[in-house]
Amino acid sequence: MELFQAKNVVKEFSNHRALNKVSISVPENTIFGLLGPNGAGKTTLIRIINQITAPDEGELFFQGRKMQPDDIHYIGYLPEERGLYKKMKVGEQAVYLAQLKGLSRQDAMKKLKYWFEKFEMTEWWNKKVEELSKGMQQKVQFVITILHEPKLLIFDEPFSGFDPINANLLKNEILELKRNGSTIIFSTHNMSSVEELCDHISLINKSEVILEGQIFDIKKNYRTNVYEFSYTGDPENLLSKLSKPYELLTNTTENHIHFASIKTPSEDTDNHLLKELIPLVNIVSFNELIPSMNDVFIRVVEETNKKNSIA
Amino acid sequence: MHKILLIIQREYLTRVKKKSFLVMTILGPVLFAAFMVIPAWLATMEDTEVKTIAVVDSTNIFYKILPETEFIKFIYPEGISLKDLQNSFEQLGYSAILFIPHNILSSNTSILYSNKQPSLSVSMHIENSIEKEIERQKLKANNIENLDEILKSVKTDIDLRNISWNEEGQEKESNTGLAMGIGYGSGMLIYFFIFLFGAQVMRGVIEEKTNRIVEVIVSSVRPFQLMMGKIVGVGLVGLTQFVLWVSLTFLFVGVVQKVAFPELSKTPTEQVLSQDIMNNQQLQKPQMNFTEPKPQMLEEIFTSLGSVNFGLILGMFIFYFIGGYLLYGSFFAIIGSAVDNEADTQQFMLPVTLPLIIAIFVMINTINNPDGQLAFWFSMIPLTSPVVMMVRIPFHPPAWEIILSALILVITFVGSTWMAGKIYRTGILMYGKKASYKELWKWFRYKS
Repeated sequence: MELFQAKNVVKEFSNHRALNKVSISVPENTIFGLLGPNGAGKTTLIRIINQITAPDEGELFFQGRKMQPDDIHYIGYLPEERGLYKKMKVGEQAVYLAQLKGLSRQDAMKKLKYWFEKFEMTEWWNKKVEELSKGMQQKVQFVITILHEPKLLIFDEPFSGFDPINANLLKNEILELKRNGSTIIFSTHNMSSVEELCDHISLINKSEVILEGQIFDIKKNYRTNVYEFSYTGDPENLLSKLSKPYELLTNTTENHIHFASIKTPSEDTDNHLLKELIPLVNIVSFNELIPSMNDVFIRVVEETNKKNSIA
Repeated sequence: MHKILLIIQREYLTRVKKKSFLVMTILGPVLFAAFMVIPAWLATMEDTEVKTIAVVDSTNIFYKILPETEFIKFIYPEGISLKDLQNSFEQLGYSAILFIPHNILSSNTSILYSNKQPSLSVSMHIENSIEKEIERQKLKANNIENLDEILKSVKTDIDLRNISWNEEGQEKESNTGLAMGIGYGSGMLIYFFIFLFGAQVMRGVIEEKTNRIVEVIVSSVRPFQLMMGKIVGVGLVGLTQFVLWVSLTFLFVGVVQKVAFPELSKTPTEQVLSQDIMNNQQLQKPQMNFTEPKPQMLEEIFTSLGSVNFGLILGMFIFYFIGGYLLYGSFFAIIGSAVDNEADTQQFMLPVTLPLIIAIFVMINTINNPDGQLAFWFSMIPLTSPVVMMVRIPFHPPAWEIILSALILVITFVGSTWMAGKIYRTGILMYGKKASYKELWKWFRYKS
């Protein structure tokens, strides 16, 4: 089931169309990657989901029904540009922002106590925000974002500004949130974290969705049908006896081990290639060369840009 | 609704808890008092230097007749011409040379030479002395016997006190000077409050925008709620400050009254009658120094304080404060939302400050002519009415004018707040773009 859906959303600013008939569906209890180059329209879409701005056209659905103004209580949003009141005390501010999300004061206090202990931030409670380091402020803001246990969480570049240890802490926390039933929209340019975390993605370029689906399917669609393997034995066998549909792309030798890559016809399977190779050489390792999300991102964006410039 | 209260509460508490608020609350009445007392004090300070004035009298009427004061002395140098005196002015060390031409009785003119501008009190003293002497000479020409005694006995100084009754027949003393003072004071106060607290709204909006916290907040509340919460919260801070100032001032005045003028509990007529005996004796003595304040003047002011309708003035003050503040507060919120930092506010400030400054100019005219055309129209225009109407209120303008002016103000601030909400909503999320008026107009027309 879809927790959130946007259908044919259009948003125009005075001189350009920021979103052109954009539709996304975010399945419940998944991590959904919202990807795209700078200026593609991601922030505008995120603001529309948060009901900060309204779309010019199109419809929004939350939990299967039309989105209501009060649904913002079920959303937690960590914007890319973080910010808190600098002169306000950490605890006071956290309680205030939680109350604005609809929590009662007592609930907010109780939950904050739990999270501040968990993240070892208790002694920050009476400090002013400006006394904390940037990373500490980010942590505070993360806690504030998830405090009201929203069904939908929106993280815009959540790892920026975190050191590796805290970034890892955050990553585990995001996975934990998913395990506990939250749905997460995750916007980033960091493709390795997309591969690590996301189940689904939507790729937006120039105000339009140009690619969407499950990571697994996308990678399958963008497979190049190239296999890499290492072997021992006579490289000659490979060069002379490999049958027609298979194409040897590279063949190198390092420390008595040979490395090669072979392109197969798209309908072929792994086992067929193995069957072909086993009589010829002694296989040491074998794997399909799967495109990274980074490759997919660059390929798809460049393709659509080329198409647009021709059109 | 609950959320806007939370916002108001935060805006209010963070400001009231600041040390600067406490300091201003205590210092405010002191500063106000200082503003009133210091100029008067400086005026009395001015003439402690003794000024020696050389008199060249072509008529020989004034020889050793001009009255001297503690600080103004006259010297009548003999056998030296005006020209020589002028040429050796520096060496002789006189402050000025007074030349009385022989035809003064017909020309009514004499000349005071000096190398710098003589003070007003010196000029006035000389003018008065010569006038009095010439008047005396002219009277003398009529050959009246015992002229000096007659003149002494007719010398009178009438103190006109305006006493009016209200519907219950109670006597109240009114005082035009006091009405002017109150009008001027409350007009200035409104001007000052609008600037002070309007600018706080603007700074608050800029702070949220540059902090980027605004994006988090508007994902929880509607931008309009945030804007109104801020405007109302800051306005309440202003009201709190005002109420504290007024109560502190009244406390102070009350203490002074009880200690210095215990007889003020009597009605005005009782006071006048009880003064009779005492004053009759005083009146016999000619009052030599007209600048010395009459002892009953302060008393009079304190008495007529009772005649001022403080209920009405306070009520109207609070109304015009809130109305004017809301109107200008919404403009300041627009400015805050349109810029990225305080330095960029300049280009938008002029159209907001200009009407307020015009209001101050009109106010000065209004004090002298509270029922004139200028006063009327500027107390209707909502951008100036909070200041100008406030000046008129102590002079009891017709009720319909107050009601009309109030109504126009309310309608305008409802409109301006609505407009501000639309521009604010877009502006707070715009970064790095230098907004122009054209841009603001576009934001205003965006669909919600």
